[in-house]
Amino acid sequence: MATATSIEPSQSPVIEFDAVRIGFEEGEVLRGISFQVMPRETVILLGETGTGKTLSLKLAAGLLKPNSGSVHVLGKNLQSMSERELLRFRREIGFVFQEGALFDSMDVADNVAYRLLEERINPEEIEPQVREALRFVELDHTMDLVPSELSGGMRRRVSIARALITRPPIVLYDSPTAGLDPVTSQTIITLILRLRDIYGVTALLATHRLQDGFAMANFHFDQKSNRVLANAKNGAARNADTHAPTRFLVLREGEIYFQGSPEELAGSNDQYLKRFLL
Amino acid sequence: MADTPFQVTGQQPRAESGISVSGVLINSAKQFVANVQDYSHLAAQSLTNLLRGPHYLQDLLDQMDDIGVGSLPIVLLTGFFIGVVMVLQTGSQFTRFGQSALTGDVVSIALVRELGPTLTGIFVAGRCAAGIASELGSMLVTEQVDAMRAMGTDPSRKLVTPRVLAALLMQPLLTGLADFVGLLGGCAASVFSLRLSAVEFWTRAIHALDFGDIMQGMMKPVAFGFILATVGCYKGLTVRGGTQGVGRATTQAVVISSVLIIVADTFLTKLALFLSDKIF
Repeated sequence: MATATSIEPSQSPVIEFDAVRIGFEEGEVLRGISFQVMPRETVILLGETGTGKTLSLKLAAGLLKPNSGSVHVLGKNLQSMSERELLRFRREIGFVFQEGALFDSMDVADNVAYRLLEERINPEEIEPQVREALRFVELDHTMDLVPSELSGGMRRRVSIARALITRPPIVLYDSPTAGLDPVTSQTIITLILRLRDIYGVTALLATHRLQDGFAMANFHFDQKSNRVLANAKNGAARNADTHAPTRFLVLREGEIYFQGSPEELAGSNDQYLKRFLL
Repeated sequence: MADTPFQVTGQQPRAESGISVSGVLINSAKQFVANVQDYSHLAAQSLTNLLRGPHYLQDLLDQMDDIGVGSLPIVLLTGFFIGVVMVLQTGSQFTRFGQSALTGDVVSIALVRELGPTLTGIFVAGRCAAGIASELGSMLVTEQVDAMRAMGTDPSRKLVTPRVLAALLMQPLLTGLADFVGLLGGCAASVFSLRLSAVEFWTRAIHALDFGDIMQGMMKPVAFGFILATVGCYKGLTVRGGTQGVGRATTQAVVISSVLIIVADTFLTKLALFLSDKIF
């Protein structure tokens, strides 16, 4: 299995899973998975429903602890940390939940400002930051609305704004386009590209849609033209465009079935992988 | 496993094995012990959180408003009519012996010691334990609790402690008001039904109470408030099975907290009577 070529060998991984196993009453869900996410890399966790994609993200955020194996994030072993230490540590991580997971009892502005309000930051300093984060997702007109007044796509976008408010170096996306129409899905993917290419975040993106992964691999956000552009096909221009590489990781029955570059996945003759390519 | 009550210890993977009666019983017993352990952990944590920040004052005030002010109408209405019924029932018996003046004593002692705290506890449990369980359960199934943890907030501090503290503070106040309007109802029934004078009723009602009765009547609601809030929070935060699970948890929260309130009442009554004998 290949790893992304443009990562420098001296860099240490941002997220590292080592023989991670976790299970519940119903049985074991992850059966010894190991992988690494390097700085500025986007790893696409691809798999059918129930293969452990969301669990992997929750393990990476320390929301769950593995039954065996280890999870290291930013060089820290999450198992050895107490819940109190983890709460502080999670401020380094942005998490975009599948349905947005916005707080029903708060309006959009308070949802986005949540982390800043928790840190008891001066309200006058919070307001412009919230407005900027909402402008990033093009929803600055929704500040006073409550989540129930938003559409599914808008809720995801607010959730992305909430995740980026503290500029975390790592963002975990749990099926950000699940259940959305193609146009809204494209809007969400564009936002994720912008987040990667403007703020340089390292990302772990769980999805069952292959096209999300290929969009991350084949496009980049050009700040000069303020547009999403296709990466150059080859040569130095391509290397310049893919400074934030994308790698696929296919989960099947709790194990890693495939790990490699988009080209390797697209060129694979494996019958199971071809099901995703159709 | 994370040292948080929300990843319950009962969720360890278990080996596949054949089904047997003893196996099912042992598993049920283990599950029960694990649930009691998780509940105890959550209940203890709700109080130890008070020792260290951050504290959520606004959430506490919101919960005090919801549990205290929100429960006021049902507590006052039921309290008043319980006082009326008590007088009607006891008064008819006392009249047979020509002792209808004793009604004030009996109603006062029964209300302050027993009926006020217990019935208020059960009514507030019916309203608030259900509300807490369904609210927290819905937050859990829509991943809002995980989102909170992912953003560096301890849900036991933000969600559990304000609810438990609000119930602890509000339950004695609600009980005091229920006792008072119960006596008002009793007074009205005495005047209109037994033809006693209001002054006589109040004089006897107040003189019948000693410090031990008041202590008993105010100690119980603190315990009942703790029970209804912790059970509501525990059932809400351990919901499994989506929205159907939320409905189940809500029902269980009311049933368990009501039964626990009655059971706790028995032991607290015994304890209070023992203390009254020893101290007063």
